[in-house]
Amino acid sequence: MPAAIEAHGLIKRFGKTTALDGIDITVEEGRVLGVLGPNGAGKTTAVRILATLLKPDGGTATVSGLDVVHQATAVRRKIGLTGQFASVDEDLTGMQNLVMIGQLLDLSTRQAKVRAAELLAEFDLTDAAGRLAKTYSGGMRRRLDLSASLIGRPAVVYLDEPTTGLDPAKRDDVWDMIRVLVKQGTTILLTTQYLEEADALANEITVIDHGSIIAHDTPQGLKRQVGGQTLEVRPTDVTSLPRVRELLVRYGTREPEQPAPDLLSVSVASESAMTTVVAALAAENISVSELSLRLPSLDEVFYSLTGQTKKDETPNGAAA
Amino acid sequence: MIRDSLILAKRTITKMFRNPEQFIDVTVQPIIMTVLFVFIFGGAIAGSTDKYVQFALPGIIVQTIMFTSLTIGVNLNTDIQKGIFDRFRSLPIARSAPLFGAVLGDIVRHSIAITVTLVFGRIIGFEFTTPWWHVAIAVLLIIAFAVSLCWVSVLIGMLARSAGAVQGLSFLIVFPLTFGSSTFVPASTLPTWLQGWVAINPVTHVIESMRGLLTGSTGVVGDTTTGQILWVITSCVVLVGVFFPLATWAYRKKI
Repeated sequence: MPAAIEAHGLIKRFGKTTALDGIDITVEEGRVLGVLGPNGAGKTTAVRILATLLKPDGGTATVSGLDVVHQATAVRRKIGLTGQFASVDEDLTGMQNLVMIGQLLDLSTRQAKVRAAELLAEFDLTDAAGRLAKTYSGGMRRRLDLSASLIGRPAVVYLDEPTTGLDPAKRDDVWDMIRVLVKQGTTILLTTQYLEEADALANEITVIDHGSIIAHDTPQGLKRQVGGQTLEVRPTDVTSLPRVRELLVRYGTREPEQPAPDLLSVSVASESAMTTVVAALAAENISVSELSLRLPSLDEVFYSLTGQTKKDETPNGAAA
Repeated sequence: MIRDSLILAKRTITKMFRNPEQFIDVTVQPIIMTVLFVFIFGGAIAGSTDKYVQFALPGIIVQTIMFTSLTIGVNLNTDIQKGIFDRFRSLPIARSAPLFGAVLGDIVRHSIAITVTLVFGRIIGFEFTTPWWHVAIAVLLIIAFAVSLCWVSVLIGMLARSAGAVQGLSFLIVFPLTFGSSTFVPASTLPTWLQGWVAINPVTHVIESMRGLLTGSTGVVGDTTTGQILWVITSCVVLVGVFFPLATWAYRKKI
């Protein structure tokens, strides 16, 4: 039984730039793989190769055991693609978009209409079915995009940054829909710039940068590697920053950083660090306007994995 | 393949009716051109507007068709940039189906433009002096020319970086082709060097064929209507022979 997606040593160059430098990807049937990386890391290139839109310069890839280069048409019957690039037609209504794609997937016009109505209902777009897609909000468009990729009941779905640019409430909607897909047994490859998203949805996470894989693990394992969670403290009075810093050095697992002039952040080993820090702040009589615990950002993930910050100008604690 | 192309042609047509500016191209624009040339320049060029409409209308049809056949490059360029072609390509359909769909859909645009120009011309005094089947041949011939010419636009649409650039480049090609012909004035009134260009310009032959088929006038550039039609068919074969392979090659490379 071959894996749903299996790629070995994928290489892709655009002129002198190497977009993919030999990456391996395996996703077992019914699982979700999160591909995490910054803009330009090669995530989209990888998806485009696996979706038969680009030919690799080296390496091989199969989807449900079918070669993406030599059996491209057969692969296209198995896959659905949603994301930054594959899009819907703004000058057609939601219904027309879905019916057209259904027809192109060899459904009769009747069948295409039934399937379109089904998906529109499932994605809460029935009321907007007769409206032009260009009048849709960002969240609605994303839902229409997603339903367009599901018309042929694909076994494998690629979601290329499905929530980029959406506000948190809309993002949760999209997450819920992805979870429904997973429940139906669909294999999913999801690219994202947010560890939080990969953590919420994926069974395994592959981190890529400059076209190479720099980490591959379960979300738990990856979080362990990158230092679990990040605690952020914003004191009410900026002058107490040095004292807060001292505290954070004591309880954090790494040197604190200063992402904003009045904000300090530090990686902590576990959630319990939050209580300890709160108690310590109270004991020192420091009042804070914001105190939060979150998963590391992409920058912090990269810092932990490579020891380098992504951006040259990333602020560090020295400024305090 | 044929079914897929037809499904995608339907998309092109639906979009045309949704975008007023594209619809204006094939309805209002030929009327404006006819009014402008017949009523403003007609008296000065031919002595009377009645005489001039007989002369100019076949040329105005050709000019309208030239402009509408270049829209396809702009539309394809926009589609590719918006990512709709990526969606099509992730579907199990022939790779060139979206391209043929766009070309097929454009035939409807051309038909509308021709009908509008002929009907409006008739209203302002254009007279058909040839049998009906000559008119039918004229319509088929001009559509064949449009479908052949559109591959030039497809190629530009694939090579240009933006839809705006496609528009600019297309106009650069269409202007010398339409105005450097016998569209609006008899070629004999032009300077000799320009007459040389007019004589080899394929658009001149298209216009002269149209004149012959619609008004029975014989060759201003000195060939019979049958001769002109053969010229047009040759041009179509050459256009398709050169630009179809180039356009499909650029298309495959681009997406």
